[in-house]
Amino acid sequence: MKIAVCVKAVPDTETKIVLNSDKTNIETNQVKFITSPYDEFAIEEALKIKEANSGTTVTAISMGSNEAKDVLRDSLARGVDEAIHINVDKPLDFSPLTTGKILAKSLSLDSYDIILCGQQGVGTDHSQVPAILAQLLNITQATFIVKLTLKENNTFLAEREIEGSHEIVSGKLPAVFSAQKGLNEPRYPSIKGVMAARKKEIKTLDLTSLNVAEEVSKTNSLVKLKALCLPQNKTSSKNIEGDPDQQVKALVDLLRQEAKVL
Amino acid sequence: MNILVLIEVRNNQIRKASLEALSYAIKQNANVTALLIGHNLNELTTHLAKFKINKIYLADTIVNYATDTFAMALSEVIKLSSANLVLAANTSLSKDLIPYVATAFNAVAVTDVVELNILSNSLEVTKPVYSAKANAIYELTGSLNFLTLRPNVFSQELTGQIYQNTIENLNIKYNEPRSQVIETITTGNTQMELSEAPIIVSGGRGLKAAENFAMLQDLCDVLGAALGASRAVVDAGWISHQFQVGQTGKTVSPQLYIACGISGAIQHLAGMSSSKVIVAINKDPDAPIFKHATYSVVGDVFEIVPRLTKEIKALRDNN
Repeated sequence: MKIAVCVKAVPDTETKIVLNSDKTNIETNQVKFITSPYDEFAIEEALKIKEANSGTTVTAISMGSNEAKDVLRDSLARGVDEAIHINVDKPLDFSPLTTGKILAKSLSLDSYDIILCGQQGVGTDHSQVPAILAQLLNITQATFIVKLTLKENNTFLAEREIEGSHEIVSGKLPAVFSAQKGLNEPRYPSIKGVMAARKKEIKTLDLTSLNVAEEVSKTNSLVKLKALCLPQNKTSSKNIEGDPDQQVKALVDLLRQEAKVL
Repeated sequence: MNILVLIEVRNNQIRKASLEALSYAIKQNANVTALLIGHNLNELTTHLAKFKINKIYLADTIVNYATDTFAMALSEVIKLSSANLVLAANTSLSKDLIPYVATAFNAVAVTDVVELNILSNSLEVTKPVYSAKANAIYELTGSLNFLTLRPNVFSQELTGQIYQNTIENLNIKYNEPRSQVIETITTGNTQMELSEAPIIVSGGRGLKAAENFAMLQDLCDVLGAALGASRAVVDAGWISHQFQVGQTGKTVSPQLYIACGISGAIQHLAGMSSSKVIVAINKDPDAPIFKHATYSVVGDVFEIVPRLTKEIKALRDNN
């Protein structure tokens, strides 16, 4: 079985966001990049399937500049077999559709039974690339999964988390799955894994070698990031003082009279 | 402008957030088409009589969700209505379906939209990014675009009139779907969906133990609120992930968010800072949550919350 995991380098979730000079993107110079947290669940699930099914190979794919390479090293250190870096400048400027087209092209170079992604890239939070890949590769999908069971005859059962319920999805491989928190407990890379990952080769592709440069510029023209702006802080916070009885009375009054939400 | 609104049906009910999208479409003086996908849909159309819709399509007799089947129905109606804009509520269903269908039309989709301006040749769309630390404003120039709107942000407005909308049943021969839902398991709280709840009461580590969530549930019950939680208590196993508000949980925008014993880690703030009114109750006066609160109550949740429940119950009993 062949598994691909799409991983994304995202700014560390603790990062203070600073806008660049023309306010169309974030300043990335001082930013530490990490593997998008949901992608860690995707990697872990791929490794679990590999451990349970001999002869399985896991390939991690990431699009981006140098930070994508660091994330691929992290995937290799956790135990994936191969890594493919799609080298692009300014990946933050790409819409999910553009990203999906580039990833789909690279995925179509091989035939994968399972494609795993995080349910969203933390940061831009689009939550779209998995479904876009399923459409472009013309395979089925199960998104927001918290459990995956592979069955005989290339079929699967996946449990997806929806509002207030879980849905059991039955389907046929090949398929795209997007990982939701709760799917598994991601392992940390071992020291041995980190050492071994340094020596592993990362295959590099780019838009020219994938023959998608023209398509990318066409797709990019459909949507433009006009501006990023920092939301305004709440105008003023009222501190409600007194003993608990007084505090509660004052709070309820404010919620009724001032905020009018009760 | 031809706007198609996907009206989502869950448990034989139309979702409130879908009606918010429908209201928005109607206000634009656009040609509005609505699509319902599911089963026993005819009886639901009476709920749409309060909205002036040019045409309602029903894709009936579909009992369970399947991406392929829903995609076929939606694609068909996009073509029938010559849609320029497809609107849906930002839910787990639309996040599965909308990017999948948009891609088939080589069209752009934007999820979790909080502001939308329809301009003469483009759409200006705002969505929170970087854990709501910033808003991104996108300009969409394609001839067809797809947007999912964040629940509770766009208001539902009614004229008070009743309309005789035209209803048509779709006649589609569906292919066997490659994957489909075969069972739905209710996982606890069905009373109020977090992302659509007008009021949320959320608990964090300050609650000290799993069983103390019962105290918050009491407050939820008198308020008609949904229960939420911080990541810390979900990771501690006190409550399941579906209650988690924040970066690796749900993003919510209720009218009123009451944070009880939550310190306000940046990842939590990401999920709730767009709430209209935020009440923070915490013992620690330096807790970061207070910087984002409309009303700050420095105090012990075990002293404040039961009194609050009692006070609101008395209020409700008097009305």
